[in-house]
Amino acid sequence: MKYQSQKVALYYIYGALALFVAQILFGIVAGTVYVFPNFLSEVLPFNVIRMIHTNALIVWLLMGYFGATYYLLPEECETELHSPKLAIIQFWLFMAAAAAAVVGYILGYHEGREFLEQPLYIKVGIVAVALMFLYNTTLTLLKGRKTAITNVLMLGLWLVALLFLFAFYNPDNLSVDKMYWWYVVHLWVEGVWELIMASILAFLMIKMTGVDREVIEKWLYVMVSLTLFSGILGTGHHYYWIGTPGYWQWVGSIFSTLEIVPFFAMVVFCFYMVWKGGRDHPNKAALLWALGCSVMAFFGGGVWGFMHTLSSVNYYSHGTQVTAAHGHLAFYGAYVMLNLAIFTYALPYLRGREPYNQQLNMWGFWILTSAMSFMTFTLTFAGVVQTHLQRVLGMNYMEVQDQIALFYWMRLGSGLVAGVGVILIIWSLLVAPRKAPVKRRMAQPAE
Amino acid sequence: MTQSVSSIPDDRQEPPEQDVPATDSDSWGGLETLPGHPLIWILILSELVVFGAFLLGFSGARVKDPTGFAISQMQLDRVVGGINTMVLLTSGLCAVFATRAIRLGTVGHCRGWLLLTALLGLVFLGVKIVEYKAKIDAGISMETNSFFTLYFLITGFHALHVVMGLGILGIVALRPLAVNIETGVAFWHMIDLIWVLVFPVVYLVR
Repeated sequence: MKYQSQKVALYYIYGALALFVAQILFGIVAGTVYVFPNFLSEVLPFNVIRMIHTNALIVWLLMGYFGATYYLLPEECETELHSPKLAIIQFWLFMAAAAAAVVGYILGYHEGREFLEQPLYIKVGIVAVALMFLYNTTLTLLKGRKTAITNVLMLGLWLVALLFLFAFYNPDNLSVDKMYWWYVVHLWVEGVWELIMASILAFLMIKMTGVDREVIEKWLYVMVSLTLFSGILGTGHHYYWIGTPGYWQWVGSIFSTLEIVPFFAMVVFCFYMVWKGGRDHPNKAALLWALGCSVMAFFGGGVWGFMHTLSSVNYYSHGTQVTAAHGHLAFYGAYVMLNLAIFTYALPYLRGREPYNQQLNMWGFWILTSAMSFMTFTLTFAGVVQTHLQRVLGMNYMEVQDQIALFYWMRLGSGLVAGVGVILIIWSLLVAPRKAPVKRRMAQPAE
Repeated sequence: MTQSVSSIPDDRQEPPEQDVPATDSDSWGGLETLPGHPLIWILILSELVVFGAFLLGFSGARVKDPTGFAISQMQLDRVVGGINTMVLLTSGLCAVFATRAIRLGTVGHCRGWLLLTALLGLVFLGVKIVEYKAKIDAGISMETNSFFTLYFLITGFHALHVVMGLGILGIVALRPLAVNIETGVAFWHMIDLIWVLVFPVVYLVR
């Protein structure tokens, strides 16, 4: 390792991968309930299964960001982490909070507010974790070199924590409740998480393409500006039908349409950098994940988001399977793939071994990406049929559900294939045997 | 299945400069040739797209309800709008003189012109407030109909940009380098340009 303290990232990556498995398992169980409605209904109601599926996703992605930050910050700042010990304590506290939340959900303790179901004490725990993290990383940044990547990354992470504070405000009025709820949900995934995404991609591009840092930083600034310009007022696309004033239909439609632009910029950025770069980096799998991340985020977040973002379209499609299609591909493309890119890149260094077994990892990439794409297509078709039958022809909800059952079967199938992809990826990252003893790194210079 | 790789790449070193030479076109591309900081042009282009979309939306809504729009439009004060157009264009002219002054190296003149630009910006905002007050007194609000939703949104967003523009002019006046002045003035001209598009579409076209 260049900096010993980078090693703490390992805790987070292992933790994230464990929760990733849990997320996928509960996703498959939830998909099963769609086709066998009484499956597990006595033991584990659907709402709890879904809660664990979505919460595990969010927590493992956050854990991945923590890990990524602990990995790249010392390297960017050219200094050891302020306190590796604190980072380890923070990890166990976070894991404990996540485990307590899951056990609580199964026993029926939750606040029932979608995605923010965590009971109050867990939320307080999350804030404590965030404070430990920000203290540790900010002090590291302050004592070391400051780059555009570290600054954008830290800005994103600070805003993630600050916006989470809105989770504590839960007014009785349902319209106001939803309005603030989106401050967390939307401004995370369509705002500050994109800052984290852009900065981690920029880091990977510097490392893997060898393109001049100055060029990459300029792109980073452009991507970040475009994200904030479109994403903040883009929140308006959630304010169409919750009781907020009508002008949000205009504001939301126009600004959220532009949210596709930063995603497109990230695609152009990644491909242009790789095309321009002089390096033939041996970790082909990590590069594939980084490129794939930009493309799938563009389709999942950008294209599938735009599909139902105009208020005149959303009037019909709101809350149908079109939303589920968008949600699945956007989270997968933007944030799951981002984490898998940085894990694939960092793990060989963290574990002191070569980026072996890339083929297996890349097979995992294609299988998981194909499965998620297929799942998105089936849900999109389901959503279109549902919109027409339910919203245009006025059939009732449950009748329509029977009509789209075939799509739910196909979705379950794609979920199982996704599970296979995940196993391959995790196997290639963690378990697959070393082919040859690790050679000393210094022995041969890079090409 | 494993790929044999000679060693872990030493990519944690910054690549040497000559690895991928950074030429002029590598840095900011076409934006490099424009006056001011290149990032302001990203903002300007984004703003033009947003206001363009709003005006397209306005025109679309008007096609759907021509009479409603015509009746509502009669309630706008075209003379006051015309005066404000002249005020804002004159402020743009002052901004041009400020740029010219800083290129000649006369900071004092530059600041004077910027002050005049900003004062005219304030006049514009004052007139806007009078206009809005008249509407509100007449019982018209954003929720009245789609014409007035869009009227308040478009002109309100524009007025907000005038406020931001005043802030930017203030900041660049404190640090009067040519590149800073050009940056601030480019933003101010964008405000002019957008108004010149908004005024005919919202106030004039019958």
